[in-house]
Amino acid sequence: MTPAALDTTALAVHCRGVTKDFGTGDSLTRALRGVDLDVPYGELLMLVGPSGCGKTTLVSIVAGTLEPTEGVVNVLGQDLAAMSNGRKVRFRRDNVGFVFQSYNLLPALTAAENAAVPLLIAGWRRAAAVEAASEVLDQLGLGGRLANLPSELSGGQQQRVAIARALVHQPRLLVCDEPTSALDAENGRITMELIQRIAVQPDRAVIVVTHDSRVYAFADRIASMEDGRIESVATAGEVGRPSNPA
Amino acid sequence: MTGGGRGRAKTPASDLYFTSRPRAEKFLSAAETPVLWIAWKMLIGNRVKYLGIVFGVVFAALLIAQQSSIFCGLMLLTISQIRDTQGPDIWVMDRNVQYVDDIKPLSDTELFRVKGVPGVEWAVRFYKGVVRARLEEGTYEQMIILGIDDDTLVGAPEGVFMGSIADLRKPDAVIIDEVGYKRIWPGQPLRLGRVFEMNDRRAVIVGITTASKTFQSFPIVYTRYGQAVQYAPRERKVLSFILAEAAPGVPAAEACRRIEERTGLQALTQRQFVSKTIRHYLTKTGIPINFGITVLLGFLVGTAIAGQTFYLFTVENIRQFGALKAMGTSNWMILVMVLSQALQVGVVGYGVGVGLAALFGVFTKGLGRLSFYMPWEVLVMTAVAVLVIVLLASLLSIRKVLVVDPAIVFRG
Repeated sequence: MTPAALDTTALAVHCRGVTKDFGTGDSLTRALRGVDLDVPYGELLMLVGPSGCGKTTLVSIVAGTLEPTEGVVNVLGQDLAAMSNGRKVRFRRDNVGFVFQSYNLLPALTAAENAAVPLLIAGWRRAAAVEAASEVLDQLGLGGRLANLPSELSGGQQQRVAIARALVHQPRLLVCDEPTSALDAENGRITMELIQRIAVQPDRAVIVVTHDSRVYAFADRIASMEDGRIESVATAGEVGRPSNPA
Repeated sequence: MTGGGRGRAKTPASDLYFTSRPRAEKFLSAAETPVLWIAWKMLIGNRVKYLGIVFGVVFAALLIAQQSSIFCGLMLLTISQIRDTQGPDIWVMDRNVQYVDDIKPLSDTELFRVKGVPGVEWAVRFYKGVVRARLEEGTYEQMIILGIDDDTLVGAPEGVFMGSIADLRKPDAVIIDEVGYKRIWPGQPLRLGRVFEMNDRRAVIVGITTASKTFQSFPIVYTRYGQAVQYAPRERKVLSFILAEAAPGVPAAEACRRIEERTGLQALTQRQFVSKTIRHYLTKTGIPINFGITVLLGFLVGTAIAGQTFYLFTVENIRQFGALKAMGTSNWMILVMVLSQALQVGVVGYGVGVGLAALFGVFTKGLGRLSFYMPWEVLVMTAVAVLVIVLLASLLSIRKVLVVDPAIVFRG
C-alpha cells in the first residue's frame, strides 16, 4: 500500500515516517525510526515485538499522549501534530479509550464509579455517569460487582472494569496496553473476547499492544515491531510466515 | 465523545451496545465539577496518608491558635485594671508613663489643674500601687492596691457580688477580688469581715468582686484613695493617675488634647491607654518573641508534616493522575484537583485544630490559672496560616502532577 493510493478517510490511524527520539547528544535514543502504519475502522490490530522495540512509544503517540519527533500522525481524521495541547487533551477525552496493563483503577472508587471516570471528566453528573457505566459493566458480566472496590475484585474482574472504563464514553479509538499480561490464560482469553465482541465496531479501531502470543488469534492483523520499525504486518494466521509490508 | 449528542455525527454502529443513550441535560454546569469529587475520594481513600496530612495541619492550627490565644490572654491581663475601672473615659498621668504599671506619681495639685481645663466635666484621684499585706495567720502576701475617689467612689469595680461598694465608706474597708481571696485563703469559704494589715494598718474586707486577673497575678484590693495612701509606702507624691470625664458634647480625644496642652501631662482615652500598654508589652518585652517562636515552629512543623505526607500521597497516586491525564483531564483540572485536596485537608485540619485549641481554653478557664482569649483575629490569622501551609504543602505535589507525562500509564 503506497501513500498515493491511500484513502485516509477509511482509516482510523494513519502514520507516515514517524520517528521519536529521547534525550539529546550522546544520550540520544531513537525509539521509532520512520514508522508507517495504517489502521482502518473496524479493525483490531495487535502491535507485537520484543521489549524496547518501540511498541509503547508508538501507541503513546497514536493515543496523543506523546509527541513524535517527526512524521505524520493522523488519528480519526485529525492531524495530531497540528493540535494544541488543550485540543489534544479534549481529543483524547472525547475519542480515545485506554486499557492499561496495570489497570490503573482508582482504589477509592467502586467498580461502577471507576468505569464512570471518563464521563465524570467530561462533566457528567455523577448519578448519570455511574448509571451509564453500570450498564456497560453489566454487559461485561460485572453487574453484581458494581459497588465493589478494586481491591475486592480479581485481576480479571479489574481488567473488565478497566475495559468498561475505556468504552463507557464510546470512543472511536481503543488503545490497549498489554491487557492480558497480568492475567491467567482463561482470564486473558475472556478479556480479549470481550474486547473483540464489544469494542470492535465498524466505526471504531482497536490497537492492542501485547507480548502474549496466546491472544494473537483475536487480531485482524498483527504488526510486528523491531528496533523502532514495523517489520511486518500479517493476519493472525500468517504470523510466522514471510513478512508483509505495512 | 459521542455521548450526549455533542458535536460528532452519529455513525451507524454507534448504538450497538448502549440500551439507553446519555442525554444532553445530564451534563453539569461549569460550576459543578465531579472531578473534584474524584479528588476527594482519592484523598480519603488512603486513610493513613489522609490522617497524616490532616494531623500536620491540625498540629499547626492547634499550636498557632492556642499559643496566639494565650498570648492574647496575657495581653488582656496587662490591661485588666484599665478595663475594670468603671466610669472615666480619660486617664491622665505623667508624660513618661509607658503602661498602666509604670507609675510615676503626680503632685496632688495636678488634679485641680486638670479640673480647670475647659471641656473636662469632672476629675478624680486614683491610686495604684503594690503593698505587702500581713495576714491573720502571720504570713505575708503582695497585693495590688487601687485607691478610688473618696467622695464619688469612681473607679470602683463592676463585679461586686458579696457586700457592697458603698461599704467602702466604712473605716478600714477594702474590697478584694475573688481570685485573690482564694489564693490567700485556699479552700476556705468566701467571708466578709476578714481582717489583715497593710503597712501596719488594719484592713477589713467588706466586699468581694470578680475582678479580671492581672499580669502579676497578685490579689487586688480596692479602697478609698485617702485610705490607700495610708496603706502605701510613704512618698512625697502618691497620686498615680487622674481619672476624668469629658464634658457633654466634647469628644474624649479633644478633652485629652486640651488637658495635655494646658497641663503638660499625658492624657489618654481608655482605648488609647489600652493600646499604649499593649504596645509596650509587644515592643519592650520578650513575650511576643517567645510566643512568636512557638507559633513559627508550629507553622514550620505543620508545613513539613503536611507537605511531606501530601507529597508522598501524590507520588503514590502519580499513575492515577497520569491515567486521568491520559483520559483527557487537563492540567488545569489536575491543578484544581490537587488544590481542592489541599483545601479540603486545610478545612478539616483547621476546624479540628481550632476546635481543640478552644477546648483547651475552656478546660484551662475552669482551672482558673492560664489566661486564654481567642478573639476573631486569632481565628482569621490561624486560617490564613493554614491556607499558606496547605498551599506550600501542595506546591511540590502540584509540580509533580503537572509535569507527569500521561504516557507514564503505558510503562509497566
